Amino acid sequence: MTWQTLQSALAAESYVASDDLSVALHLALSLERPLLLEGAAGVGKTEIARTLSLTQDTTLIRLQCYEGLDASQAIYEWNYQRQLLTIRSAAEDGQTGKVVEDRIFSRDFLLERPLLAAITQDKPPVLLIDEIDRADEEFEAYLLEVLSDYQVSVPELGTITATCKPIVILTSNGTRDLSDALRRRCLYTYVDYPDRATELAILRARCPQVEVRLAQQIVGFVQKLREQDLEKTPGIAETLDFAAALMGLGIADLTDSPAVLQSTLATLLKTQSDQAQITADVAVRIAGQAA
Amino acid sequence: MSRVTRFAARDPGPAARVVGFMAHLRDNGMKLGVTEADLSLTALTQVNAAASDECRRALRAICTGCQDEAARFDALFDSYWMDAGRVKQRIIPKPQETLSDAVHSSRDADGKDAGAQGTSTTPDADDAETDSDGTGKLIATEQRNLSRRDLRDLVRAEEIAEAEAVARRLGASLRDKRSRRRIAARKGDRLHFRKTIRRSLATGGEPLRLLRKRRPDRTRKIVALCDVSGSMNVYAQVFLAFLAGLMRADKDADAYLFHTRLVRITEALRDKDAMRAIGRMSLMADGFGGGSKIGPSLQQFAETYAKRFVNGRSVVVILSDGCDTEPPDQLDAALGKLKKRGCTIIWLNPLKGWRDYAPVVGGMAAALPHLDLFKAANTLDDLAALETELGAL
Repeated sequence: MTWQTLQSALAAESYVASDDLSVALHLALSLERPLLLEGAAGVGKTEIARTLSLTQDTTLIRLQCYEGLDASQAIYEWNYQRQLLTIRSAAEDGQTGKVVEDRIFSRDFLLERPLLAAITQDKPPVLLIDEIDRADEEFEAYLLEVLSDYQVSVPELGTITATCKPIVILTSNGTRDLSDALRRRCLYTYVDYPDRATELAILRARCPQVEVRLAQQIVGFVQKLREQDLEKTPGIAETLDFAAALMGLGIADLTDSPAVLQSTLATLLKTQSDQAQITADVAVRIAGQAA
Repeated sequence: MSRVTRFAARDPGPAARVVGFMAHLRDNGMKLGVTEADLSLTALTQVNAAASDECRRALRAICTGCQDEAARFDALFDSYWMDAGRVKQRIIPKPQETLSDAVHSSRDADGKDAGAQGTSTTPDADDAETDSDGTGKLIATEQRNLSRRDLRDLVRAEEIAEAEAVARRLGASLRDKRSRRRIAARKGDRLHFRKTIRRSLATGGEPLRLLRKRRPDRTRKIVALCDVSGSMNVYAQVFLAFLAGLMRADKDADAYLFHTRLVRITEALRDKDAMRAIGRMSLMADGFGGGSKIGPSLQQFAETYAKRFVNGRSVVVILSDGCDTEPPDQLDAALGKLKKRGCTIIWLNPLKGWRDYAPVVGGMAAALPHLDLFKAANTLDDLAALETELGAL
């Protein structure tokens, strides 16, 4: 498989990937390396993992990171309640010692969390580790260990080795610097806002019912809007919402009614100051420029 | 222009060229090892190696690790493979030599001082303050000094202890940040199931002893940066006393001085004798007192020490008046970079204690968006009053 076939496979699932991203994904697949994606919110970092799992016809396992995420949430945890119940019932049956211990520390009593689940599948799944920059550094270090050895050691059970190497995709919003060690382990691609042509292709792929002229207007408008000094720049997800909103309201031309345009801006501008900055007049002017 | 580079005939082949490229990238400040070279060669077998665009994309995915590097990569690629006629140059400057803490003579420092005179914010003597803000505000501070004791007469031996107590309290209020994760503890707020079950095996499965876990206190590391440029002369000595107190109160704290350069003074301040520590530090500080390059100093800090010492659990305390001789965007960029490490940034500005003060100085205005706390620090009372606010951060 070449990266072009991967790109067209992604396109078939209506994900328009740039050449850079396609090559990086292709390398991640063929070299079996994790891929680190950085970029602003809403440029399709998470979506790529979902689409990739569709093209590879495999499952997507997602681990959403947050501050305080620890091993018991990410890798495994014993099912303590079940263990307790088993010990009790075993005692009534007269079983003791080694037999009970072996039983309650078996795989049946192990709750698989995403990382362990990802390496014990029959077919390599896509493992999405979302917003890794939100997790603590300790977790990052632990993740490195799992990603380099593809094995997890459970003290009571021994080492669980991977039955398959998952396709690992990490995303980061760049809220903090990731460690060099993690960056070194991964291939890297910075996902930027798409240019006009790409965004138009994305919009056409995702919302085929939008007419070409309106689609061009929408993309032009959003592209112009990104040039404004906004607190939260709208991503592609917002563009699609915007298009859907316009479709729902039955708008055929962006410049037709300023009032409707202003009200649909709620899909693009997500902070109060941004909404205050882009007033109806400004919106009409931008729409005029974009047309 | 984009001719493919002609390699010498004795060149041993693609592997050597890729290794050469790695060396070229390393020369330009990228951290690459043998693994990356190996990986790059493998990657080139996975794409059409004859197409330069594909090679570029493949190598970029492997050799870069952050947005900065990805942006620089194209030029580096061109200069090596495309014979762009560029002279290989170091884009990353060598880390500037900082003064060694161990060897310090006042003579050296004097020399620096003489060289630094003449910048707009440099007063030549204490009583001839010529700050760029004009004289009106300075009169205000003089009046203030009459009615209320200013920090500058604080550097007396017996009062360092007081400053130390304040610093200790501030440090304690900053450090009390509890972790989200729980660890086993005798008196915890939750049951530790894992341990309880494990222990219960010894008693035939009856959980006789309930073990607990709690959230441990996580220490926050204080990193203090003190401006000792000319405009800060009157306050510097006192802030240094405060720093000395801080360092004595908290063995994890880290301290730096800056004026036109940055100097790490952590070791100098660890002296058991408080006055001797102050003396050693004053010696360093006195010699400086030149212009203030806050932006470049913080930039240097962000690029060097911060990478090692600043993380999400750090609190960076900047003690400065914000009068920068350099353009404010540098300060903006430096603080932005620092902020990205996840630390809390506190700026204590002596000028803010003045009546009618507004952060209009270019540097200060640029810094404001990055700050978690911007407060006045004129007197010891001011510093002590910070305690509650720091605790709330």
